[in-house]
Amino acid sequence: MQFAAPRSASEAAALLQAEPGDARVLAGGSDLLVQMKSGALRPDLLVDIKRIPGLDAITAEDGGFRLGAAVPGARLGEHAGVRALWPGVVEAVELIGSTQVQGRATVAGNLCNASPAADAVPALVAADAVARVFGPRGERDCPVSDIPVGPGRNSLAKGEFVASILLPARPKRAADAYLRFIPRTEMDIAVASAGVSLVLDEDGRCTRARIALGAVGPKVLLAEEAAHCLIGTKLEDAALAAMAEACSALASPIDDKRGTVAFRKQVVGVLAKRAAKIAQDRAGGTK
Amino acid sequence: MALDDRKRAFKVVGTRVPRPDGIDKVTGRALYGADMSAPGMLHGAILRSPHAHARIRAIDTSRAEALPGVKAVVTSADFCRAKHSFNQDALDHCMAREKALYDGHAVAAVAATSKSAARAALELIAVEYEVLPHVTEIEDALKPDAPVVQEDRRARNAPEGTHPNVTHVVSFGHGDLEAGFARADRVIERSFRTAATHQGYIEPHACLASVTPDGRGELWCCTQGHYYVRELCADFLGMDTSQLRVTASEIGGGFGGKTTVTIEPVALALSRKAGRPVKLVMSRDEVFRASGPTVSSWSDIKIGMTRDGRITAAQAMLRYQGGAFPCGTVELGAMSAFAAYDLEAVRADGINVMTNRPRQAAYRAPGAPMAIYAVESTVDELCQELGLDPLEVRLKNAARKGTKSAYGPTFDDIGLVATLEAAKAHPHYAAPLCPNQGRGLSCGFWFNFGGNTCVTLNLDADGTVGVTEGNPDIGGSRASISMMAAEELGIPYDKVRTIVADTASLGFNDVTDGSRVTFAVGLATIEAARDMIRKMCARVAKIWDIDEEAVIWEDGCARPAGPNAGDFEPMSIAEIAAIANKTGGPIAGHHEVNADGAGVSFGVHLVDVEVDPETGHTKILRYTVFQDAGKAVHPDYVEGQMQGGAVQGIGWALNEEYIYGEDGRLQNPGFLDYRIPVASDLPKIDTVILEIPNPGHPYGVRGVGETSIVPPLAALSNAVARAIGARLHELPMSPPRILQALKG
Ligand SMILES: Cc1cc2nc3c(=O)[nH]c(=O)nc-3n(C[C@H](O)[C@H](O)[C@H](O)COP(=O)(O)OP(=O)(O)OC[C@H]3O[C@@H](n4cnc5c(N)ncnc54)[C@H](O)[C@@H]3O)c2cc1C
Repeated sequence: MQFAAPRSASEAAALLQAEPGDARVLAGGSDLLVQMKSGALRPDLLVDIKRIPGLDAITAEDGGFRLGAAVPGARLGEHAGVRALWPGVVEAVELIGSTQVQGRATVAGNLCNASPAADAVPALVAADAVARVFGPRGERDCPVSDIPVGPGRNSLAKGEFVASILLPARPKRAADAYLRFIPRTEMDIAVASAGVSLVLDEDGRCTRARIALGAVGPKVLLAEEAAHCLIGTKLEDAALAAMAEACSALASPIDDKRGTVAFRKQVVGVLAKRAAKIAQDRAGGTK
Repeated sequence: MALDDRKRAFKVVGTRVPRPDGIDKVTGRALYGADMSAPGMLHGAILRSPHAHARIRAIDTSRAEALPGVKAVVTSADFCRAKHSFNQDALDHCMAREKALYDGHAVAAVAATSKSAARAALELIAVEYEVLPHVTEIEDALKPDAPVVQEDRRARNAPEGTHPNVTHVVSFGHGDLEAGFARADRVIERSFRTAATHQGYIEPHACLASVTPDGRGELWCCTQGHYYVRELCADFLGMDTSQLRVTASEIGGGFGGKTTVTIEPVALALSRKAGRPVKLVMSRDEVFRASGPTVSSWSDIKIGMTRDGRITAAQAMLRYQGGAFPCGTVELGAMSAFAAYDLEAVRADGINVMTNRPRQAAYRAPGAPMAIYAVESTVDELCQELGLDPLEVRLKNAARKGTKSAYGPTFDDIGLVATLEAAKAHPHYAAPLCPNQGRGLSCGFWFNFGGNTCVTLNLDADGTVGVTEGNPDIGGSRASISMMAAEELGIPYDKVRTIVADTASLGFNDVTDGSRVTFAVGLATIEAARDMIRKMCARVAKIWDIDEEAVIWEDGCARPAGPNAGDFEPMSIAEIAAIANKTGGPIAGHHEVNADGAGVSFGVHLVDVEVDPETGHTKILRYTVFQDAGKAVHPDYVEGQMQGGAVQGIGWALNEEYIYGEDGRLQNPGFLDYRIPVASDLPKIDTVILEIPNPGHPYGVRGVGETSIVPPLAALSNAVARAIGARLHELPMSPPRILQALKG
């Protein structure tokens, strides 16, 4: 196995492109090293992207923030601007593992690893975040929801990697929230999860909503019908119930050691409902 | 050995002194199983069966042996036949012989100059398997057409037609059941299931073995009982026990799971073949797949009660599976099921069933938690149906001194009633509850054990004392033993140091299990100290030239007494030690005993939970443990045992389980999906120690290590039942199951 720590994005892309065998990007390694230790993966080449200048920065951009692919999750919570703008994304990242894990784990790694249960992903999708993909043919922008395609599989082409993720600007009276269900209180993997992002009008009526569900399908699900149930409402009980039901209906989970189909379908609706209330509260909609 | 008659005011016993192993453990200096290395050492690795049940047709190790760096490959052919079938089962568990009996069963092992060479060699071993049908669940293993896990292991006392997978049939009880049930106002029958759970110790099994060409062996390993490891390994390698010296490392938890051998004989066989030391360390995956979980169970309970809460008759049928080997744990379940009750008519039957799972190992009060869960849940349901207070019902039926226990013996002084009274008087029992909250109560019981023990005390020239004992210290026993020695000798705690010696240094010591160490080693230490005191008094009598009987020991000094009282200045232990070389040489005290009189222990647990009605998530709000310790030598450690047992029981009740797939393979061999509680899942576990002296120990000590895991299962189940208004009859009460129960 070869290990490379290139100093530029194009060098990284060239290395990834040139390797005929299994080439992997190494960010925090909190998924990759675990998979290698267990014998599930035996890459021929590791390309560590942490030495590429600029990739470890959080920069303001057009009212939003661009997160470099090498920024460890812990830095999001320490960034007052990101905290204020996308509290749901930050709370999702702060659920990943533990303080120690967050010191290494990146948001881009969470996305590219393509686990259906990844915590940051539903929050990113609800936030309508955009990934900037760097590859042998240059840069392209891609909605985060299009990066994962199935358990452990992403849409990146040979030689491509995610260089950064843009958390966009947001109007006033808007906020997001993320909740997951785990049987314990930490160090566990989501059995179902929901990220909700809302925009309210002066009256507190919901004008825009994005709801994304995790661990209830082969990849993150954007629950458009469920979101529609909230538009024009003040998240009254009936609207929330309809939204929860739409989430449950959309969910297509599997039975496994972590939960049953029936359980996941019900709980994902409950989480979406509770997350929506939190987002509403954060957006000032309950005052 | 009986309780001392004189009422004594303890000076050291009962205080909370610092633990002697504390600094090493918190600074990383303590040496655990994997921390020992030797010059020329090889690394071992074990090849494990991917099949739940398969005949091993052939094993070709030639390609592995040819790999550079590989120094030895062993299979079952490299071991002797064991002395008897129980030992043979222990060996077959370490290395499969004719069949691989479960997913993860060892089939071969290698030793190589590096870990990577060892791992690479495993892939070059060709095992020809004939895959056989498998069975992992109790109900399936009892079906007429179920695969037979091992031939010719059916219980000898089993009735005609019993399934060949049934290896034990037991029965306990007394009285006329039919008449008893007839007198009841309400009789209910319920079935319960509990999943297999793992002890979940932090430290995986690890050892370093070295066998020299002249046939002598050294073994360093993490174990609860190095003497027993020596007996088994010597048997499997055809060695005299005296030629194999076993040293126990510090131990990162065992809870019963390290009371037998797992990899140690394999490391020794590899070392013997390679002629070099070999280190073997299990991965967590291997620990889950191939080291003992506890039994799983399927039990039927029938209990009759009068309107005012008197139990008129009680009956249990317990079915346990303890993996692919005969397993007697069900006997302990049947004996303990109704131990908390004073019953006129009682019967507990049990069977053990073989399945294609790893060989169970003891887990804290082995066999009792699942039986008592079923009984205490049924009693609680009767209390709910009859509108009775569950604590009053326990008091009304409680076993006490003179009760003929359900398993035979008549109880001496026991602490159950006092423990129940303490719970009743505690503010927890009367605290208000909110919606979706429920309070659960359960009693628990464990026999406790004494056993073979051998202790030496050595007096050093400066008057300090070394205690040499032979039981690995899991719960702070070195501190407790030093405290008892200090108490007896009348010297400060920090003038005593206790070490756990290797197998060559003392006579046989039983395993650290059965909650026996503070009781049995403590008792032997007290006796050894008294032996040393007698010798010191004799030396002083010589110096003073008076009768030995005229010298007494008080506050760490020899004093003249009787006719000679006041004739001489007292001599301190330091003064006696300083001139020992002039009065006859070194002074030591010694005691060996097969201790009985361990004294049973009862506990009562109270728990409040809140269940989220939309997700089925259970939150523990408050937890209080009440337990009789006889005499709490070091109260911190007693509380630690009470809290630790409660926490493990909480995990068992709520989330822990071995999950097998259709393919018979374990699906959750890791701490991500085998969910032990994390710290943030738990409130502070409050403890109330009761001290009802054990008549069988000079200070009244009872074992406390195991009873505490018994009540949590039913306490949690009863609390959840009261919180959600529906009862689950199966553990774990995972959120999907609770949500299902809520839907009815
Ligand atoms: C103890 C523990 C607890 C955990 N708990 C959680 C949890 O609660 N929730 C959760 O969601 N996850 C959890 N994880 C998983 C993991 O920490 C996260 O998924 C993390 O965000 C991964 O980021 P990383 O930087 O460590 O990725 P890495 O391990 O470096 O990479 C992950 C995968 O993505 C690829 N990759 C990484 N970065 C890029 C990139 N920029 N472009 C293209 N491909 C890339 C890698 O090649 C690899 O295949 C846990 C892990 C551990 C060890």
